[in-house]
Amino acid sequence: MPRLVSHPDEVKIVSRRFGKGAAQIDKYIELGGYEAAKKCLAQGSDWIINEMKASGLRGRGGAGFPTGMKWSFVPRQSAKPKYVLVNGDESEPGTCKDHLIFLHDPHAVIEGTIIAGLAIGAKLGFIYLRGEYRYLLEIMEKAVADAYARGFLGKKIFGLGDESTGTEFQIITQTGAGAYEVGEESALMESLEGKRGIPRIKPPFPAVVGLYGGPTVINNAETIAAVPHVIAMGGAAFAEVGSPRNGGTRLFSISGHVERPGVYELPMGYNLKKMIYEVAGGVRGGRGLKAVVPGGSSTPVLLPEEIDIGMDFDQVGKAGSMLGSAGVVVIDDQTCIVEFALRTISFYQHESCGWCIPCREGTDWLKKSLTRFHAGFGERKDIDNIQYLAENMLGRTFCPLGDAAAMPTIAFVKKFRKEFEEHLNGKPCPFAKHLDLAVL
Amino acid sequence: MSDETMTVFSPQLAARFDALAAKYPQRRSALVPMLLYAQDEIGYLSDAVILEVAERIGITELDVRNVASYYSMLRFKPAGKFNVQVCTNISCMLRGGYEVYERFQQELGVEPKGVTADGLFSLEEVECIGACCWAPAIQVNYDFHDELTPEQVPAILGNYRARENAHA
Repeated sequence: MPRLVSHPDEVKIVSRRFGKGAAQIDKYIELGGYEAAKKCLAQGSDWIINEMKASGLRGRGGAGFPTGMKWSFVPRQSAKPKYVLVNGDESEPGTCKDHLIFLHDPHAVIEGTIIAGLAIGAKLGFIYLRGEYRYLLEIMEKAVADAYARGFLGKKIFGLGDESTGTEFQIITQTGAGAYEVGEESALMESLEGKRGIPRIKPPFPAVVGLYGGPTVINNAETIAAVPHVIAMGGAAFAEVGSPRNGGTRLFSISGHVERPGVYELPMGYNLKKMIYEVAGGVRGGRGLKAVVPGGSSTPVLLPEEIDIGMDFDQVGKAGSMLGSAGVVVIDDQTCIVEFALRTISFYQHESCGWCIPCREGTDWLKKSLTRFHAGFGERKDIDNIQYLAENMLGRTFCPLGDAAAMPTIAFVKKFRKEFEEHLNGKPCPFAKHLDLAVL
Repeated sequence: MSDETMTVFSPQLAARFDALAAKYPQRRSALVPMLLYAQDEIGYLSDAVILEVAERIGITELDVRNVASYYSMLRFKPAGKFNVQVCTNISCMLRGGYEVYERFQQELGVEPKGVTADGLFSLEEVECIGACCWAPAIQVNYDFHDELTPEQVPAILGNYRARENAHA
């Protein structure tokens, strides 16, 4: 069972029901659950979207797109049915927050999905969980069945009205079967339609042509779980908690070489240095800090002198990286950065769907180059070649996976050039541990 | 599908399929979950499973294979009864994921993706399983085990062996 952590600086909004048995519907209701959805049913679409816009809530999957604005893009009238799709394909290395949401607060996901449906005028929502999360899917499935049994879902939600005046909303849970790429929204729709998870060309965007060709809103599970709280607190009060243009809190997954790894809910804009040294207890064993990956494996690495920044989309962006999925990976001074870069690129090489050539070939050649380099057979020109190769992948693929592989690689080479140079001339890596183990 | 066709699905799996396929706006949406559920029951995607899924969905076998080959959890040959999946991605690597993997290799004496002679265990290195804050983590089939040390490996395997013996 994943361990829950706590720190006085936390502002528990999305995680306030964690560890309280709220997977049981009665407990969820006792803790104020489903009141927000009922309120939304009474208030209607425009009101919901205005509250969402006022909240400053931005997409928690990584792109940070304002949720209220995304919902407002869905056309009111549509010949095809509209859909809500919850992205619980959590698979960005360094990120495990949705794991806890599904485990501890599945009804918040259901309630948020209902509210999104009311906002855009959809009658059907899908909650897609990665295949590895089977035990969490079972928790979600039970929660959905309980919500149906109470009449919260169905032909007339919350039992209000009759067949003609009631509002319909149904939810289907779906399992993936192992694919990082499916976390990308258009690949996610392909997977849900029973196909290979290959990204679609955009435009059209999902809000216009999405699942089964109908207008579709796709939100990350954490975004959706935050929605009932936005409604309960009021959009303005939620915005107040965060930093400018970055409403609310974020579930930060802090992992790697810290004393107290865990998922901590902190206000948007919370200082990264403080997060590492105070909230997570500092670098393990009193070692020095070498680097920090601030927002999941696809975000450019930060040096120790770059971490005195607020953790929101804009401030991390200004520091040359990205908040991403808020997976903070802390790396100590005993770690080989070349090896870390190799393990990162091995992942993207494994997960590239092969649709776009720059990504398929680029990740493969980066992996080959880094493997050779790390094994001590690199040449000086390889350092520039790795950077050149990665730079030529940027912006040249249908989906962000190519960028996700290239951006961190560029940062590793630029910021740790000296460490790459130390691997030259057949000298053994000072930190080498897993040279012969890159078997994936 | 016609009555004459040999079914490899159990009645429960067939019922699950029917319920699932009826839920979606398009029947084909049941494909990926159905492949995984069939694999859970039968062990892997045999030719017979692929044929039956194709017929039940109403698409070609080639189409099913094309989709199935995309997903890393789906396999075309048997794994062990208990498939040990060790995460070695960055967060797990930093906290000893490879050491845990190596210990499993020693204990089981198998190559990557290999199966033990008695068919009880298989071992593979996998990508991030969403347990980064509780690293290093593994999954045995769908069960998570987290915050592991190499020293715990024999006991984990022992528990699964005991579970198997209790059923035998």
